[in-house]
Amino acid sequence: MSQTQTNQAAISKEEAAWMFQKMLEIRHFEDRVHEIFGTGVLPGFVHLYAGEEAIAVGLCSHLDDNDYITSTHRGHGHCIAKGCDLDGMMAEIYGKATGLCKGKGGSMHIADVEKGMLGANGIVGGGFPLAVGAGLTHKLKKTGGVAVCFFGDGANNHGTFHEGINMAAIWNLPVIFVAENNGFAEATPFHYASSCKSIADRAIGYDIPGETVDGKDVVAVREAAQRAVERARNGEGPTLIECVTYRNYGHFEGDAQTYKGEEKVKHLNDLDAIKKFYTYLTEQGIMTEEELDKMDEDVRRDVDRAVEFAEKSPHPLPEQLLEDVYVSYKTDGGAVS
Amino acid sequence: MTRQITFSQAVNEAMAISMREDQDVILLGEDVAGGAAVDHLQDEEAWGGVMGVTKGLVQEFGRDRIIDTPIAEAGYVGAAVTAAATGMRPIAELMFNDFIGSCLDEVMNQGAKLRYMFGGKAKVPLTIRTMHGAGFRAAAQHSQSLYSFFTHIPGIKVVIPSTPYDAKGLLLESIFDDDLVVFFEDKTLYTMKGEVPEGSYRIPFGKADIKRSGEDVTIVAIGKMVHTAMKAADELAKNGVEAEIVDPRTLSPLDEDTILTSVEKTGRLVVVDEANPRCSAATDIAALAADKGFDYLDAPVKMVTAPHTPVPFAPSLEDIYLPTPDKIVKAVQEMTGSELVL
Ligand SMILES: Cc1ncc(C[n+]2csc(CCOP(=O)(O)OP(=O)(O)O)c2C)c(N)n1
Ligand SMILES: [Mg+2]
Repeated sequence: MSQTQTNQAAISKEEAAWMFQKMLEIRHFEDRVHEIFGTGVLPGFVHLYAGEEAIAVGLCSHLDDNDYITSTHRGHGHCIAKGCDLDGMMAEIYGKATGLCKGKGGSMHIADVEKGMLGANGIVGGGFPLAVGAGLTHKLKKTGGVAVCFFGDGANNHGTFHEGINMAAIWNLPVIFVAENNGFAEATPFHYASSCKSIADRAIGYDIPGETVDGKDVVAVREAAQRAVERARNGEGPTLIECVTYRNYGHFEGDAQTYKGEEKVKHLNDLDAIKKFYTYLTEQGIMTEEELDKMDEDVRRDVDRAVEFAEKSPHPLPEQLLEDVYVSYKTDGGAVS
Repeated sequence: MTRQITFSQAVNEAMAISMREDQDVILLGEDVAGGAAVDHLQDEEAWGGVMGVTKGLVQEFGRDRIIDTPIAEAGYVGAAVTAAATGMRPIAELMFNDFIGSCLDEVMNQGAKLRYMFGGKAKVPLTIRTMHGAGFRAAAQHSQSLYSFFTHIPGIKVVIPSTPYDAKGLLLESIFDDDLVVFFEDKTLYTMKGEVPEGSYRIPFGKADIKRSGEDVTIVAIGKMVHTAMKAADELAKNGVEAEIVDPRTLSPLDEDTILTSVEKTGRLVVVDEANPRCSAATDIAALAADKGFDYLDAPVKMVTAPHTPVPFAPSLEDIYLPTPDKIVKAVQEMTGSELVL
């Protein structure tokens, strides 16, 4: 499979600004969640996407609200890149009534179907068939839309990987499978758990294109994504893209990360995706340092506002416990309760 | 004997003892050792499971016996079924019982049925340890209590301990039992301490434990609900109502005798179960009373369960999702009516 290098072809200022903005939103959102989690006020499990921004943003730069994505337990970045509201996301993580899922899903289940975001997912490997189903709808209803399935290197060994990709291939569905290979599934290294040199190699088995890109390079991800999205929209079927990346934080908040090695320092510095894009944009003369720094300040403020919104929001009311189990019953259908 | 250890340590100790006693005992699961093939990682720094329950086992037993698996539940649970049938005595850890969705066939159609389908010519000495339970803010896909699900399937034994002592004795029994056992560990009980003897001991299946005796009402409580029921019993006692708390400890087999004997004594039954209420352990035990204990009953059986909804994430909703001592007290009040002044 080919190793794609960053093509120096310029991107427009407008596109660049959108991508940089979304990457900053993800980074600052996650850094704040990390901070707040440390104070003990956030309930539940939280898996942070910081470090992997270039993947969600590179892909979603080609999508609009009609395109679907499926996500993972590490879903905040996918949500932000797909246009989910920061206030509603933060409130969801706090379990508040104003959250995108009314506080009933939490970090691992943030969803916004109107934005084409089919949910973070608590089940590893859950996204493959879900993306296939969304792709099937696109094909049958001739919407021209695509479905993107983000998944981890750990999920690449789940049975649903095979079932999902094979079906997308035989039915020629507009689905793009995007591996986020951050080297670890919890504490288990990719190379231990996977009998393959790269995830992209596995595309051969399904007779679809597969390629590996530098998942820290948003321009490279965007280019690979463009090829895949075009193929999908043209009715040429699925593509598998492997993005090599690293997560800045632990598997979840509270992980001592003893399995990580020296490489982690480099990833936080020279290899950082946002630094890389910043340098690229300024060196190419696409945006100025002042413009980018101003965006950084603005995004920090947006995230502060989201936290404030979440903190001030009300808790869900008791009656909401029984709502939304079924479409057709107001409560739980007369079950014992 | 006053040694106190946590529920989590009790589970860990049972596994360690079984592995010392029998070379065929192995443990498979995701990150049960942790950091497989990471050169710089010392075994003592390895995860030892997502909640640290299996910590230390890799140091003593090595990576040949404490086996990290890919995220492939159908793969390693299925493999554990036939490893068991062909001479090993595996423990497979299914991190959360919710993930049974990824390997139900291996448990339900393979492991549970081999012996029967093969006319008794196979056995499956496999223990699947799995974490369950709400109250951890873990939301709908990491909080379910699915023991009823397994109890429904013939060929599976279902174990659900409520204390560190029971956890150790029942896990040892499970590992050395020759059938497929699903062993439930409530994630909110891991840090609970209790008295646990050092050595090896086993608690037989199908023997309920009376955690508190009383004359006025029988409360059958499952898993963590034993502790919720104990709090309710303290409240009730202040009002002169003595509750008897029966902990079934295994749902398959179910100790019908102990439950019925208690109901015969008290004349009233409340079943407390944090699982969803339809087709559940609670309805099963209520049906037992209706079927075989009808003559003993002075009042209709009451169930205190979760509502028939997924587990909500919001703390404000999860707190009302779970049965509470108050709800149990209220159920008892309703059933005792004017007979007992509360
Ligand atoms: C079916 C299933 N098995 C196991 C888990 C527990 N689990 C949650 S995340 C995770 C690791 C996932 O690794 P990877 O796919 O590489 O994603 P990453 O966390 O690296 O983004 C595991 C084992 C789960 N949620 N679902
Ligand atoms: Mg990973």
